[in-house]
Amino acid sequence: MAEKGKTKEFKWQRKHLLGLRELTAEEITYILDTAQGFEEISARAVKKAPPLRGKLVVNLFFEDSTRTRNSFALAANRLSADVVEFTKKDSSVSKGETLLDTARNLEAMGIDIVVIRHNAGGAPTLLSKCINACVVNAGDGYCEHPTQGLLDVFTIRKRKGSLKGLKIAIVGDISHSRVARSDMWAMTKLGAEVTFVGPPTLMPPKVEQLPVKISYSLDDVIEKVDVINMLRIQFERLGGNPFPSVREYSHYFGLTVERMKRAKPDIIVMHPGPINRGLEIESEVADGKNSVILQQVTNGVTVRMAVLFLVNQAAAEKQAEAQNG
Amino acid sequence: MANKAKKLMGDELLIKNGHVIDPANRINRKCDVLIADEKFVEVGRVRKPVANVIDATGKLVVPGLIDIHVHFREPGDEEEETIASGSAAAVAGGFTSVVCMPNTTPPIEDETDVEYVHRKARKARKTHVYTMGSITKGREGVELAEMGFMSQAGAVGFTDDGSGVQDASVMLRALKYAQMFNVVIAQHCQDDKIAGKGVMNSGYYSTILGLPGLDPLAEEAMLWRDIQLVKKIKAGTVRYHAQHISTAGSVELIRAAKKLGLPVTCEVTPHHLLLTEKCCAEYDTNYKVNPPLRTEKDIEALKEAIANGLVDALVTDHAPHLQSEKELEFLAAPFGLIGLECALPLYIKSLIEPGILDWPGLIRLMAEKPAKIIGVDKGTMSKGKQADVTIIDPNAEYKIDVNTFRSKSKNCPYNGWTVKGRVEKTIVGGEIRFSAESCPP
Repeated sequence: MAEKGKTKEFKWQRKHLLGLRELTAEEITYILDTAQGFEEISARAVKKAPPLRGKLVVNLFFEDSTRTRNSFALAANRLSADVVEFTKKDSSVSKGETLLDTARNLEAMGIDIVVIRHNAGGAPTLLSKCINACVVNAGDGYCEHPTQGLLDVFTIRKRKGSLKGLKIAIVGDISHSRVARSDMWAMTKLGAEVTFVGPPTLMPPKVEQLPVKISYSLDDVIEKVDVINMLRIQFERLGGNPFPSVREYSHYFGLTVERMKRAKPDIIVMHPGPINRGLEIESEVADGKNSVILQQVTNGVTVRMAVLFLVNQAAAEKQAEAQNG
Repeated sequence: MANKAKKLMGDELLIKNGHVIDPANRINRKCDVLIADEKFVEVGRVRKPVANVIDATGKLVVPGLIDIHVHFREPGDEEEETIASGSAAAVAGGFTSVVCMPNTTPPIEDETDVEYVHRKARKARKTHVYTMGSITKGREGVELAEMGFMSQAGAVGFTDDGSGVQDASVMLRALKYAQMFNVVIAQHCQDDKIAGKGVMNSGYYSTILGLPGLDPLAEEAMLWRDIQLVKKIKAGTVRYHAQHISTAGSVELIRAAKKLGLPVTCEVTPHHLLLTEKCCAEYDTNYKVNPPLRTEKDIEALKEAIANGLVDALVTDHAPHLQSEKELEFLAAPFGLIGLECALPLYIKSLIEPGILDWPGLIRLMAEKPAKIIGVDKGTMSKGKQADVTIIDPNAEYKIDVNTFRSKSKNCPYNGWTVKGRVEKTIVGGEIRFSAESCPP
């Protein structure tokens, strides 16, 4: 079974979750352990616990999302919080109300936690500096998607017991992927060896300075890895023409049944969704026995419950300290 | 006010006992400066009694500083800066002449626009305000703007600053056409295709911050191209000036061009000598500037270039923006930071303190050489020249406080920095236009 971290003496202090880059291995492990404790709630007949009763969570989404938005809403509901949906597609940049004005307006309505998704890297950081509510990053540009990173390591830990020494490949458009970044921080901090796999045109600048290995060949790494995370090709983010055709991309970087034959028998296949079937991953593989794609979704709710719980607790403690001090 | 000013002009003004630095005349010693009728009369020991005396004991007395790269936002964005507020900021920073960039709204693209800037500047009555005109109509990079009429009206050069002229054939045409007028063509070197939607230097930090990067190559590719174009122009007819160079690669290109004897000059800003891409790590948009903050390696290269005489002018690229605009996401906020009121101490910090330049060297790059680039008869204290003087207390130590700035905008990343070197008095055409005592910091 999954190992529990040494978290006895540890105290969670952060009222915001902005990214995994700034977290220590201990903090990440603490979130995972907390999530593990919450798993049981989702298994109940009455899927509800009271820790966030009377708290107001706002889903402030400036980009399209169904999975993450619903997952956060479910997580908040299971902890008895009230949820307000606030979707403002593409209204962030230059025109109309600014992000800060939107946030200040929401704060005036008495919110406790803002879950924000935004197309600009750093938008949650900006928000956290200007409002009192807790800020949880649900994806900012191609900077980070911390809860995705957490649910990915949570899923791996459940299957493999620990991340220490695991070889993990993350395949696809690394350059525009916040999932790749958050995964990299979480996985490497927990002791895994991460390889970014993709064409050079989809690697970010100075990728060699990141704590990862780099490969341009999926065939070279497929046999060696314990976990493979197939990123979605995000056509909406691709600028220009980083690869000649979808056909050629699939040929070199698609996870096919053929390629899977060369993989370790107990390899875990992951995908942050939504899947482009037949493009980065063949249906038989996505739905196959090695796939944990749906467990990722289940675990997403659990991990987000832990995150909402912890930031709220830290905020409450900070407030109590301020009042006593 | 006007009467008083007139009266003063007729009078003599003596700046006594200061340490005078006038690199053009190889003066670097304690002496006096006598001014009469707006002009320098004598630099040396002045023994005759004069009614108006400034005691400059312990101070540096230098030719008025010249900043050939500022944005005063007028016409169009007067809420950010006006020619009046920018001029007040300029004299407070010791600048007796500035050159406005033409990327206003609408841009400066004919003689009426040039005259408008001059008229506003006369009304402000602070610093000499020059302007460059646009190279192309609407700064669109397609058709040439009326360079002839604009230079007749007093434009001191041409640039599409804010962006570079993308089309090589248009740039070549601009350089060729400008041969008639003996002017400088200045370029904001940036190949837009390579630059893409970049908002900070392309590198490790842009990658971990998840922000699109501006590759140094965007600057270098256009600079390289322009140097090839300059080679095609007859010597002695037109001058090319690379604005705010920021990369080690650009330094190498400038070095090569100068070695060939091409009429190529360049300028550097304080922020490209003091700040790196790492400053963007907290998404503070006061560090969002174009060209972007680069790396330590680039700073070293720029400093070495300055030490070796490859850089011709130190400028501010004073670029005011409203706080409400700078409060946006890093991706959405505008580029630019202000610098007129702290440039001198920042140059002392980045160049004098580490021993890269001595004082005459600094004044050469802040007065004498910039004047030559724009072709105005300034930047020296030669007898008979218009008396523009900056008096500096080189040892005064203080904290930069944006709330004391005359600029309408506050987008300055140096707020709170402890610096050395204060402008004590700024004299423009023999008239004291700024005095630190009357406006304590």
